Amino acid sequence: MGFSLFRKETNIDFVGIRRYGYLLSGILIALCLFTVLFSGIRYGVDFAGGAAVQLQFERPIGDETIKNTLKGLNLPGLAVQQYGDSGRDYLLRFSTPQGLANEEIRSVVTTALQGIEGNSAVIQRLETVGPKVGADLRNAALEAIFYALLLITVYISGRFEQRWMTACIMAAILGAAMYAMGFIGLSMPLRVCACLAVTLAVCGWLRLNFALGAIIGLLHDVVVTVGLLTAMGKEFDLNIIAALLTLVGYSLNDTIIIYDRIRENLRAQDPKNIMPLGKIINISVNQTLARTVMTSVTTLAACLSLFILGGGVIHDFALTMLIGVIVGTFSTIFVCSPILMQLGSSEQYMIPVNADHKDKYERPGEHGVV
Amino acid sequence: MKVSSWRIAVILLALIGSILYALPSLPGFADSPLLKLLPNAKINLGLDLKGGMHLTLGVDVEKAVDNALLQTGQEVRLEAADKGILVLRPKLVGRRVEFLLAKRDQKDALDELLQSRFPAMTVTTEDNAAGGIRYLGEYTSAYADNVRDMALNQVVRTLRNRIDQFGVAEPDIRKQADYRIQIQLPGLSDPERAIQLVGQTAQLTFHLVRDDIDPSVPLPPGVAMFPMVLDKASGAVSKTQSLPLDRDPLMTGEDVADARPAFDNNNRAQVSLNFNGRGAATFERITGEHVKKRMAIVLDGKIYTAPVIQDRIAGGRASITGYFTTAEAQDLAIVLRAGSLPAPVSILEERSVGPSLGKESIEKGLMAAMVGALAVAVIMPLYYSLAGVLADVMLIFTMTLLMAGLAAFGATLTLPGIAGIVLTIGMSVDANVLIFERIREELRRGAAALDAIAAGFDRASISIMDSNITTLIAAAILYQFGSGPVRGFAVTLTLGIIASMFTAIFVSRVVFSLWMSKNDGKSLSI
Repeated sequence: MGFSLFRKETNIDFVGIRRYGYLLSGILIALCLFTVLFSGIRYGVDFAGGAAVQLQFERPIGDETIKNTLKGLNLPGLAVQQYGDSGRDYLLRFSTPQGLANEEIRSVVTTALQGIEGNSAVIQRLETVGPKVGADLRNAALEAIFYALLLITVYISGRFEQRWMTACIMAAILGAAMYAMGFIGLSMPLRVCACLAVTLAVCGWLRLNFALGAIIGLLHDVVVTVGLLTAMGKEFDLNIIAALLTLVGYSLNDTIIIYDRIRENLRAQDPKNIMPLGKIINISVNQTLARTVMTSVTTLAACLSLFILGGGVIHDFALTMLIGVIVGTFSTIFVCSPILMQLGSSEQYMIPVNADHKDKYERPGEHGVV
Repeated sequence: MKVSSWRIAVILLALIGSILYALPSLPGFADSPLLKLLPNAKINLGLDLKGGMHLTLGVDVEKAVDNALLQTGQEVRLEAADKGILVLRPKLVGRRVEFLLAKRDQKDALDELLQSRFPAMTVTTEDNAAGGIRYLGEYTSAYADNVRDMALNQVVRTLRNRIDQFGVAEPDIRKQADYRIQIQLPGLSDPERAIQLVGQTAQLTFHLVRDDIDPSVPLPPGVAMFPMVLDKASGAVSKTQSLPLDRDPLMTGEDVADARPAFDNNNRAQVSLNFNGRGAATFERITGEHVKKRMAIVLDGKIYTAPVIQDRIAGGRASITGYFTTAEAQDLAIVLRAGSLPAPVSILEERSVGPSLGKESIEKGLMAAMVGALAVAVIMPLYYSLAGVLADVMLIFTMTLLMAGLAAFGATLTLPGIAGIVLTIGMSVDANVLIFERIREELRRGAAALDAIAAGFDRASISIMDSNITTLIAAAILYQFGSGPVRGFAVTLTLGIIASMFTAIFVSRVVFSLWMSKNDGKSLSI
């Protein structure tokens, strides 16, 4: 056998210390919500509209010089930010000035920069997004996150609780409600928040506990990651949304691997002598602990390499994933799993096994395809 | 452990196929003679990697509807005149066309004409103080939609024409919802010129200059002040900044058959125009009618030149001067050749990346991918010994499949797409980890090597499927909503997941079986 993290099967009482987990994530969520509400999410050019111009100068230059040069243009909300570490690359951000068409921004900036003598600048990247397009992109992103969660709910409820029909009907109604609300003219953020709240409530009411646990875990991860990024002063653009959606996929991966184990262990129970759910969850989390750690390590290694070497645009993407992988692993172990215990019992989750197939599930580890 | 031969056949097929498809995309194979034998599919680089420009244009289709409506108003006037009905002054009022019927007793005749000849227009009428009837007409919504769609199609055709003549390799122009047009121009070196070329409406008109009118007093109806273009090169403001012109043009640029950049006697750049037969005739007639008066050549509402007509001009030639650089004259010629846009466009979104930045991005991205893969490839054997080496082999196989898949689908690799590849590396070993951990667990429980392997694969496969399908759901949604780079990421992620499921569940099981078949599992090293 190769080197292993855990020589024997570990037996850490995760469920026993769940209150500390809840406390920690409660504090984290509160802090993050506070940050987001207090300082507000900073939208990048993609969502807020405006312009971003990446410049490369011939020689290093100070940002004061650039600011002074561009002062005459009255670019609203101009921010000059150094990029990379050569001192030659700068990123300009500003809102689209009144009375200036998108197509004129480039020439206006180029002309103004010619005022810096002996140090010509080249526009490396230029992005201008009109306010309408920005709003469209933002709404599409929010809608996408919502529908992804909805479909995932259906899949989890179907696979783990055998309740495809219930989940499908719920999803169809919520999807239709989302669509209908669009006609009333509610703004997309409100629609998504309302629908998410309703989804959680309906999952609770229908006792789709696995789905509920997974979604709470996901919301936890997204809220904490968004909060931390906001606290770091990062701007949200399309790349970060892509990273957040990837993170949703990754964190779900983790959750499902453990849920899968819980389901397997539940099926292996003798109906006359069922183990309490807390114990089953504990065993399951411990059994998968080595895998959880290993996968986190390899994914973190890949993300870290992107973070350090990937360069400008990928940098924030990798940062989001780095935070997300850590937060996601934590939430899987300390939030998603214990929540099942909070919401139900072994008896409730046990799906009556057909007598013919019963022998198939006698010992853990010898199961065929479900 | 027996391995059925069809499994091995499937794996060999996948291996050979993926190598064939992946090879042409490798940098070293760019000019290799081998390419002729390989599939003609290659991974495209996105604009953010090879540099270029992405534009979203909004088409002001309402303007096209307005123009068409005014045109219809003119037709009504002409057709009514044929029937002896006097209709006055069609003009736009808001989004409707207004015209006056001079004599009330002709109302029935005009109504019948409108009904039979102009069914696409609905009218409302009201009595006019002067004794006539005021008509307000608008299109039925179906017809208006039709006009909008035709305008949009015409804009797309014209833009394609202009861009083709400008000379950009592989431009991509497509319609989007809400009367928007998306344009991708890879490898573009002069974005400013491209924007000028695309954004210009290029409505060319010839107007009579009303030198007989004093601009300082209120202008008579049908005359308006038009601005002159300024000499950009010298910065000098021309003496007169605007001129009073007849609002209705003498002729339009519709009949321009050809436009070429040229130079005048003083070696200044200009654009020379050739009219088609009809245009030449019209031009000859109007120049003949207005000798010794000035005629203004107006492009998109700006006067470029206003020369005095010395004599009747036959032969159908004219030229536009007006302080052009050579490049501007070239571009203007292209635009005039390709025709004007039936509706003005505005740039809603621009994203352009210089070629050097693109090159830097791809180098850094590939470097990061390489180092990430290497880190994972070192960790796996350290932790799982020989089985870890197997996982590394599977990783290489997965990457080959991913490359081949991207090439076969003609997918576009973007910067986020490279991030997707790196993540696939991290996550694809997850499948192997799951299987290996499960096998270890079975071994710890005292199972024989072969049983442990079988149970490990069986059970882990379910987890792998469940967890990857949810990620696939997220990727599908990402594809559905995303644009450009984000879509590229979704495609990479999806192909990566599918490839890693195939190698982990199917291929590595066969390899394990072959490995164990030698000595009944005694060689298991995990």
